[in-house]
Amino acid sequence: MSEQKNPEGPGEPAGQSGQNGQEEAVPAQREDTGEVIGTRRGMFGADNGGDTTGYGGLVRTVRLPGASSRPYGGPDASEGYGEFDEIADELEGALDEQGLVPENVIEKTVVDRAELTFHIERGALPAVARILRDDPALRFELCTGVSGVHFPGDTGRELHAVYHLRSITHNRLVRLEVSAPDADPHLPSLVEVYPTNDWHERETYDFFGIVFDGHPALTRIMMPDDWQGFPQRKDYPLGGIPVEYKGAQIPAPDQRRSYS
Amino acid sequence: MTTAPHSHSSNGHRTASDFDTQQSLARETTEGTVYNVSGGDWDEIAAAAVKSDDERIIVNMGPQHPSTHGVLRLILEIDGETVTEARCGIGYLHTGIEKNLEFRTWTQGTTFVTRMDYLTPFFNETAYCLAVEKLLGITGDIPDRASVIRVLLMELNRLSSHLVCIATGGMELGATTIMIYGFRDRELILDIYELITGLRMNHAYIRPGGLAQDLPPGAVDQVREFVKKMRKNLGEYDKLATGNPVFKGRMEGIGYLDLAGCMATGATGPIVRAAGLPHDLRKSQPYCGYEDYDFEVPTADTCDAYGRFLIRLEEMRQSLRIVEQCLDRLAPGPVMVADKKIAWPAQLALGPDGLGNSLDHIKKIMGTSMEALIHHFKLVTEGFRVPPGQTYAAVESPKGELGVHAVSDGGTRPYRVHFRDPSFTNLQAMAAMCEGGQVADVIVAVASIDPVMGGVDR
Repeated sequence: MSEQKNPEGPGEPAGQSGQNGQEEAVPAQREDTGEVIGTRRGMFGADNGGDTTGYGGLVRTVRLPGASSRPYGGPDASEGYGEFDEIADELEGALDEQGLVPENVIEKTVVDRAELTFHIERGALPAVARILRDDPALRFELCTGVSGVHFPGDTGRELHAVYHLRSITHNRLVRLEVSAPDADPHLPSLVEVYPTNDWHERETYDFFGIVFDGHPALTRIMMPDDWQGFPQRKDYPLGGIPVEYKGAQIPAPDQRRSYS
Repeated sequence: MTTAPHSHSSNGHRTASDFDTQQSLARETTEGTVYNVSGGDWDEIAAAAVKSDDERIIVNMGPQHPSTHGVLRLILEIDGETVTEARCGIGYLHTGIEKNLEFRTWTQGTTFVTRMDYLTPFFNETAYCLAVEKLLGITGDIPDRASVIRVLLMELNRLSSHLVCIATGGMELGATTIMIYGFRDRELILDIYELITGLRMNHAYIRPGGLAQDLPPGAVDQVREFVKKMRKNLGEYDKLATGNPVFKGRMEGIGYLDLAGCMATGATGPIVRAAGLPHDLRKSQPYCGYEDYDFEVPTADTCDAYGRFLIRLEEMRQSLRIVEQCLDRLAPGPVMVADKKIAWPAQLALGPDGLGNSLDHIKKIMGTSMEALIHHFKLVTEGFRVPPGQTYAAVESPKGELGVHAVSDGGTRPYRVHFRDPSFTNLQAMAAMCEGGQVADVIVAVASIDPVMGGVDR
């Protein structure tokens, strides 16, 4: 994140930037600076010159919460060894038993807003899900489906798939996140482990174009079968509305001047 | 089945016994042709009937069919009266709400999400608002009164949703009296909604940070009145349906899904509770202060449509208990977070032309305080910024786990909001419940899932 040149928005942790010579005054960051998902220019987010505020030169980096370090704590936002550490220990131990290297499988662990997220290497997703479901100390029986997120600015990992697993036995919730590049939008299917993901994966395919390899019948579920494109991607073109007044047209929602 | 020789037909003596399915052997004797007709093995005949495609048809039930709960399309492969394969076709009510949310402010989002599952608007709103509040980190700052009113409305909503389920489910069985009763009682609840929020559905009443406005005068009395009336009316469903042999005959053992099936298909709500698991997010992961309320989670061990019916009936009783506790708990206070950078300046008042900004508020911002006007304008048009990150908030809707995955990129609009609607997930269990059963039982099974297509398709 060394290319960052501008002050960050309020509420975000102070970065290492500081052109005003305040490096010493800023406490060292405990966590990494997070995942940069885009840059925002100006006040209104419009890239087509709609910004007339004089803030056109303002550049802000958008970053998601970064990896956390041990101890992870628990859902009650407590410091120190907690429930999240138990889950992580158990998962790493089980991965070791299966001959997988936890450092390679778990790309990073994020604890944010008292929620635990494992970023998983996409090839290892079914193995991790199976461990989380079957290990007696983990027992995440219920998968609440897939949610796709498209980050066009996150080069090389544009498409994210987010899974929430719930353990009724231990009353816990954990989130798995995997990513795939736009150029190769393939993820392994979890239908074999969690049959409930059948429709959820079809929905994510329908809207984001993520191809779930191994899904029994990956077809569109919401949109018509012959639909072109994947509507929930951020770069999906939206239509404007022609107005019957001197050929004017109301621009599409993503083209309008708007706050962002 | 051994094929009957057809050669004898050529001599013109074609008789009624000359059918493929019968064993008929002809023998020429001095008295003429003698036919030996003997019965075949029943298994062989049944197997042959399956092999011949005469009785095997694929029926598209819906998307416009009165008993499919809206625009659900059931694709049934039936063999006589037996359903051999069942699939759902959905997407006929897809309105792109999740995409639309990305082009409105966080507050405006409630107006969209309330329209998802239109029978459970308060649950959609609450789940969404809980997610936004979690992203903002203000979960602990929500005033008690706002949480109590949220619980009150959610429990009333649970009643009205279950009433529709029982009413339409009964109607689909031909029990129109239950339908009349159910809609009669639901009307009482809709009247309360109308009094409190101004609308019978699509309320957008619950907002990030609290509520759009406080309860109007007379609301508490009307809810009390309703609870009294509803307690009496609930007994009628018991009398009418619970012990009714015809009703039981149609429901018992139908739509069977055991616990393993529920876990595999991700079914939650009354379906999993009918399989004997008392899983209820209000107990296991309390939100909005549910840990302080006294109520029970009913279960059944029948795994069938009848068990789900009984659970819904009992949940309505428990909801009435919670509603009463809410009324006792209501203490005067604010219904919106104190942070004026988040709290919408929604000082609403009922004028002669309907609900709008209160005249006092307009007088203040237009006449006395330039800063208040700027603040009002900025907050309403631009909205508030939500720190980047993602969260998952779940509530126990009448249909099961309603989860919201919300992602923010630090802007004033949601970056991505995904609803894990229980109807969508539960509907996947339809095939497991229906295959191998009768066509008439498909209706019962689907009614016991209680899918609402607004939520399924979003």
